Amino acid sequence: MSIVHNFPFFSILLCMAAGIFTSMFKQKLAKWVTFSVVFAVFTLSAFTLALTLRLDASYPFMMGHFPAPWGNEIRIGRLEALMATGFSGVLLLALIAGFHHSPSFVSEQKTNLYCIMVDLALAAILALIYTNDLFTVYVFIEIMTIASCALVVVRQNGHTLVAITRYMIMHLLGSGLLLLGISMLYGITGHLLMQPLNQAVRQIVQTGNYTGPLTVVIALITSALAIKSAMFPFHVWAPDTYAFAPPLSSAILSGLISKAYIFVLIKFFYRVIGMDVIISQNISQFLFICGSSGMILGSVFAISQRDIRKMIAYSSVAQIGYVYMGLGMGSNAGTEAALFQMLVHAVVKSVLFLATYELINVSGDRKRFHYLHGAGYRNVVAGIVFTVASLSMVGFPFTGGFIVKLNLAVSGMAYGGWMRAFVLVALAVSTLLNAVYFLHTVVSIYRRPSQDIVYPSVVKSPWYAMAAMTVSAVVILYLGVGSQPILDIIKEGLKTLI
Amino acid sequence: MSKRRSDWQSRPQNRVRQWFHNGFLALDDEIINQVTKETLRMDSDSEMDKHQEMLDSHRHERTLALERLDQYNIQAWANTRGRKALSRIYVTISFVLAFVMIFFLLRTVATMPRFSDPNAPTNNEVMARYIEKGLEETGAVNIVAGMILDYRAFDTLGESTVLFIAASAVLILLRIDRRKDGTPVQELIAAESDDRHYEPRSDRILQGSAKVLVPIIFLFGIYIMLNGHLSPGGGFSGGSIVSAGLILYLDSFGFEKAGKFFTYKTFSWVSFLSLSFYAIAKTYSFYCGANGLPSGIPLGTPGAILSSGLILPLNIAVGLVVACTMYIFYALFRKGGL
Repeated sequence: MSIVHNFPFFSILLCMAAGIFTSMFKQKLAKWVTFSVVFAVFTLSAFTLALTLRLDASYPFMMGHFPAPWGNEIRIGRLEALMATGFSGVLLLALIAGFHHSPSFVSEQKTNLYCIMVDLALAAILALIYTNDLFTVYVFIEIMTIASCALVVVRQNGHTLVAITRYMIMHLLGSGLLLLGISMLYGITGHLLMQPLNQAVRQIVQTGNYTGPLTVVIALITSALAIKSAMFPFHVWAPDTYAFAPPLSSAILSGLISKAYIFVLIKFFYRVIGMDVIISQNISQFLFICGSSGMILGSVFAISQRDIRKMIAYSSVAQIGYVYMGLGMGSNAGTEAALFQMLVHAVVKSVLFLATYELINVSGDRKRFHYLHGAGYRNVVAGIVFTVASLSMVGFPFTGGFIVKLNLAVSGMAYGGWMRAFVLVALAVSTLLNAVYFLHTVVSIYRRPSQDIVYPSVVKSPWYAMAAMTVSAVVILYLGVGSQPILDIIKEGLKTLI
Repeated sequence: MSKRRSDWQSRPQNRVRQWFHNGFLALDDEIINQVTKETLRMDSDSEMDKHQEMLDSHRHERTLALERLDQYNIQAWANTRGRKALSRIYVTISFVLAFVMIFFLLRTVATMPRFSDPNAPTNNEVMARYIEKGLEETGAVNIVAGMILDYRAFDTLGESTVLFIAASAVLILLRIDRRKDGTPVQELIAAESDDRHYEPRSDRILQGSAKVLVPIIFLFGIYIMLNGHLSPGGGFSGGSIVSAGLILYLDSFGFEKAGKFFTYKTFSWVSFLSLSFYAIAKTYSFYCGANGLPSGIPLGTPGAILSSGLILPLNIAVGLVVACTMYIFYALFRKGGL
């Protein structure tokens, strides 16, 4: 076993240790430690990805002295490594682009506490991506829930407190359902490790004992993770939370944390239960319907918003709908499209929140559309980045969003009859709606501002933030032009996920 | 008609009644109003907007008029019978849904394998090894301690991090900081003066019994922590007992006396040192385990106090973290700091 095999374990423990150490550091040091840890995790994950591309199958890593069913274990394949690399890269870009706003939402003495939350959220994301054990999933989901609450509530005003109360209620419900599901699954199978669980589930399906509890378990865990990732009918907590949280926190929450829950769900479907059982229990159809209605209704809600941040928050609901529609198709092609959408949306949504904040900032901290006229001229880079991200949201060719929609349509074509028609119509309608509100926003930030509104003198943003945003925009374009290697990794990785 | 109590408005029945009649919106408004009034920071979201809208109102008269119309419509709708009926239907449906869920979950539990059934699926090779080889492999007489701190130590590292992150989250929410030059801000002064109501006024019975009880509670908590690998107990339970002793001491002697041995610095140093010890020790142990290297940590003779490898120091670390976290929670909820 070479040293590179240890890198996923190092990156998880590095984040946790950084969280603990940061509690003792002053503001500047805490910030630098967080930045360098995220950068280190990105590098380590990239090495892991390079290693896993050379291996045929995923490899287990023992967390302790005892082999898997007795001790803890993580399992590393190329899909996991790809997700870890992508997410830590997005977090790095978001931190560089958004951390200089920190004085506006967190007091100086509490900056190190904010850094703790970022570190531990990354630790939880990595642990959820790599873990091979359902109880570890629960533990790190707890950490992620608390971290995300704290990320929102650093800015304390009426809006965030109401939003976070709603968020807490929904997420604790989700955690409760998840724990209930995991303990019931343990009761009927006697395992927490994913591969033995899969064998036990196969046995249950064959012999017919405990099939009732198995259905309930699948329903409980699916709905728990759907609530936590803001799938359409359970999305009520999302818009307020994303809109009123500090921009960096919104970027982390909607870009990364909700994706980690979905990745756990995909792992649960493929590795624990088996996709054939999920399809035969009609769970995937449920997700398909919820996802496609979220795609359309999320956009409809977004159109009716007057606050630009709320519009983007509602578009998150629509974008999560794409992921669930792909996952709900039940085919490998659909899930590949969903996984690619997770990556694309992580990049696009995080940079969109940050660019929006820059635009709001040069318009005197005002969020209504009519105040944003001309914001694209007042901050040129943020305007261009916002435009690129919006085009990707709409699904314009040469951007990541186009490839997502193309793949979803192609995997929908594999079906016959009403399902094919449904996929195509849903995609067409939602693209149209996306175009309505995103292009409207793009047009309005380039409109001539009204003479009567007094804007503050130019607010300069630091060059590194603008550079990070530009890099994100380049990544979005790259995902639209050179996405084939990534799609190949996802395709091969999904085969070895089982 | 029965007589109404003077405090009927704040009683739970009335709150439930109000909630039933008004739905969730009333609760939201209440929180928003309360917070906006209380907070001293300028609420940049809404205040600035209002301010600016007033400044250039003649330009945006039409928008504002539309908004006012919207608000009027919302208020009119809020007072109509239709909305009240809807909110009642909503409450009814949620109750029905909850009962249906409860029914299905209870039915599911009834079909699950029975507790302590020898043929249950949970009675498999995993359990067998914990029970048969646990003592030999971990050196802990208390199998549970061996399971959580040796076999599945990664999960427990996560659990203690949950405590740490919860404490940090409450610090973000409730800690009131001093200014840079060390002078207290207005909020802190207000919180301190509020807190004087809770400070004890040389209550002899309380202080006398605390003097007797606190050392015993500490001793018991420390015993449970140190003996975690030999008998039921461990860091989590021992730590919460110690913190109960600390809180009793604080309640009977006040912040001034408790501050002589437990300040904010104590909290941060103790939890930092114990958690970083936990993380570093376990990183070493995981690394050795995963790469097949000998870790060189002796297991000792089972049953002795110095045995079972890392379990004893880890129990102490977990116990210290739990004790500090519970105590800081109490202090933060009372006056936003130590």
